[in-house]
Amino acid sequence: MDLREAAHEHGLTDQEYDHAVAILGREPTWTELGVLSVMWSEHCSYKSSRVHLKKFPTTGPQVVLGPGENAGAVDIGDGLAAVFKMESHNHPSFIEPYQGAATGVGGILRDVFTMGARPIASLNSLRFGAIDHPKTPHLFHGVVAGIAGYGNCVGVPTVGGEIYFDPCYNGNILVNVFTVGIARKDSIFLGVAAGVGTPVFYVGAGTGRDGIHGATMASEQFEEGSEEKRPTVQVGDPFREKLLIEACLELMQTGAIIGIQDMGAAGLTSSSVEMADRGKTGIRMDIDLVPKREEGMSAYEVLLSESQERMLIVIAEGQEDKVAQVFDKWELEWGRVGEVTDTRNFEIWQHGELVCNLPVSLLTSEAPVYDRPQARPARLRDEAATWPDLGPLDEALVRLLGSPNIGSRRLVYEQFDHQVGLGTVVLPGAGDAAVLRIPGEKRAIAIAVDCNSRFVYLDPRRGAQLAVAEVTRNISCTGAAAAGHHRLFEFR
Amino acid sequence: MRVGVVVFPGSNCDRDCAHVLSLVGATPEFVWHRDTDLSHLGAVVLPGGFSYGDYLRCGAVAKISPVMSAVREFAAAGRPVIGICNGFQILVESELLPGALMRNESLSFQCKDVDLRVESTATAFTAGFEPGTELRLPIANAEGNYTIDERGLAELEEHGQVVLRYQNNPNGSVGDIAGISNRQGNVVGMMPHPERASESRLGNAVGRTFFESVLNFVS
Repeated sequence: MDLREAAHEHGLTDQEYDHAVAILGREPTWTELGVLSVMWSEHCSYKSSRVHLKKFPTTGPQVVLGPGENAGAVDIGDGLAAVFKMESHNHPSFIEPYQGAATGVGGILRDVFTMGARPIASLNSLRFGAIDHPKTPHLFHGVVAGIAGYGNCVGVPTVGGEIYFDPCYNGNILVNVFTVGIARKDSIFLGVAAGVGTPVFYVGAGTGRDGIHGATMASEQFEEGSEEKRPTVQVGDPFREKLLIEACLELMQTGAIIGIQDMGAAGLTSSSVEMADRGKTGIRMDIDLVPKREEGMSAYEVLLSESQERMLIVIAEGQEDKVAQVFDKWELEWGRVGEVTDTRNFEIWQHGELVCNLPVSLLTSEAPVYDRPQARPARLRDEAATWPDLGPLDEALVRLLGSPNIGSRRLVYEQFDHQVGLGTVVLPGAGDAAVLRIPGEKRAIAIAVDCNSRFVYLDPRRGAQLAVAEVTRNISCTGAAAAGHHRLFEFR
Repeated sequence: MRVGVVVFPGSNCDRDCAHVLSLVGATPEFVWHRDTDLSHLGAVVLPGGFSYGDYLRCGAVAKISPVMSAVREFAAAGRPVIGICNGFQILVESELLPGALMRNESLSFQCKDVDLRVESTATAFTAGFEPGTELRLPIANAEGNYTIDERGLAELEEHGQVVLRYQNNPNGSVGDIAGISNRQGNVVGMMPHPERASESRLGNAVGRTFFESVLNFVS
């Protein structure tokens, strides 16, 4: 197979491949092709949505950190920040609901604690197909059990969420998970590789062959046979995540950390490339030094693996011993795998050979960006919808009350430990938003997630506005906005 | 009084228990799973969580940890030990308490409030209750279904070792048992979480009595 053909199989278009060759001035190696394809996948590069996401309002007096880091942070007063993020894990959850949802929770937790914030609560927003569709029970129970299995074990309470059933999700469920943590505003950790010659450490679980090309998969359309993609779904280990949370937060106290980032989609590749990009540096790593759990892994496999519960940390020179002290105590794997350079290149060695040497910018700022053609969907050009004949209203009311979309969610939230941490003041089922007291403080934050997807389907602009308005009302109902010193924030 | 809160890898209610111990006036001290010296402590708490991930039977790995040899000696000397949730599972696995905890009848994790009755006040952790007190505490577990053979159950009843009973059995436990003690009453295991019901701000402070009882017991 020639490289161009291989590029196609990796999801790159002819144009994209030519663009890469033109910048490089040569053909990429096999390993480089793998790295390019994941970094340029929709999942990692946001190449088709970036132009639109830029339109969000992201500044304000309370914004400590806007987009660009692992999570956002808002000022909640008294030197504290709420660090939070929401992320979807739709495709993995459709293929393997338990592990897909579980690793979604794991990933979002890492995005929050990597900033130095101890996670205090999680939420989820779920969409399933029709309740009588043959796949729905399997997907529903698997996703709920996966969120419970992971969240309960790590000891972060899952305090709320929302669930809707609609036939439009029969072939593509939506699994969104949210986590919020609290950090000191002056000690938020960033995913940055700074300094030259500073050591780069890999910590957490060993790298296996699981999840290779997960990011590429997540960017694809689902078709018949997508269940066969199971090997690209990762398997979570919440026990190890719990150890990783404690170990990372402990290491943060020592002052040894310059930058830290979770290995999420595209694993070791995206974490190191993004850290070098933010630091305006380069990074050199030796695959032979990466802790692995399988024999004979190629550089390609190690770089693209999406094994879970792994972090990359840049350590201040002279502080290397602290990594060993903390990570040996928590019995996690660690290795000094490379160092920060001034070459602005992503340089990977294996068995003494340079197997990948790409400019960091090629993988980040020079990745393709598209403003895709837009057209108003045909359904919105139709004449105004007419009222369906509801029949006798008393019977319609009974049908309405029987709808799975407005039924009690007790079956779900009772499977989530929603009290661990002693922070949950307003429990699931008791209010429109969960209220969490801030550890060691006399204050609380309210968090909620809500969206009427049907409104968005019928009118994307108005529907999205209504979603923001609705979740804001959810928050206000708890008194969070009125209390003044409580800080309101909403998401989605 | 210094009270040890054992931290196994995977414990996740350790900080919650320490928080409540401070509230009732004790001095909590975290005890790492590799520590073996408990001599300076007045009581020991085995908190909830997923010790060592609980990928094997819950508590089956914790029972062979270094700290548990020390806890055995501590208990044998008549000093108070409480196991809450995963801590209870560890106590039965370690044979400091009889019986076993199986998967809930529903096969699901259950996090909710349950109504209970205090059946024995002859323990270090329930001495502060009136016998027959009815109270509500949260549970949060997937393996809270207590079981024991008929003879074992008869012995528990005969010696007043049933400490807490569910009023509406949530998980299939024999005899509606939610918590038990050893014959001496210094070792108590319970599935409900008293530390989650120890502050009025959280809507329920009845759980404090378990911690206050042991402070009085020791002093």
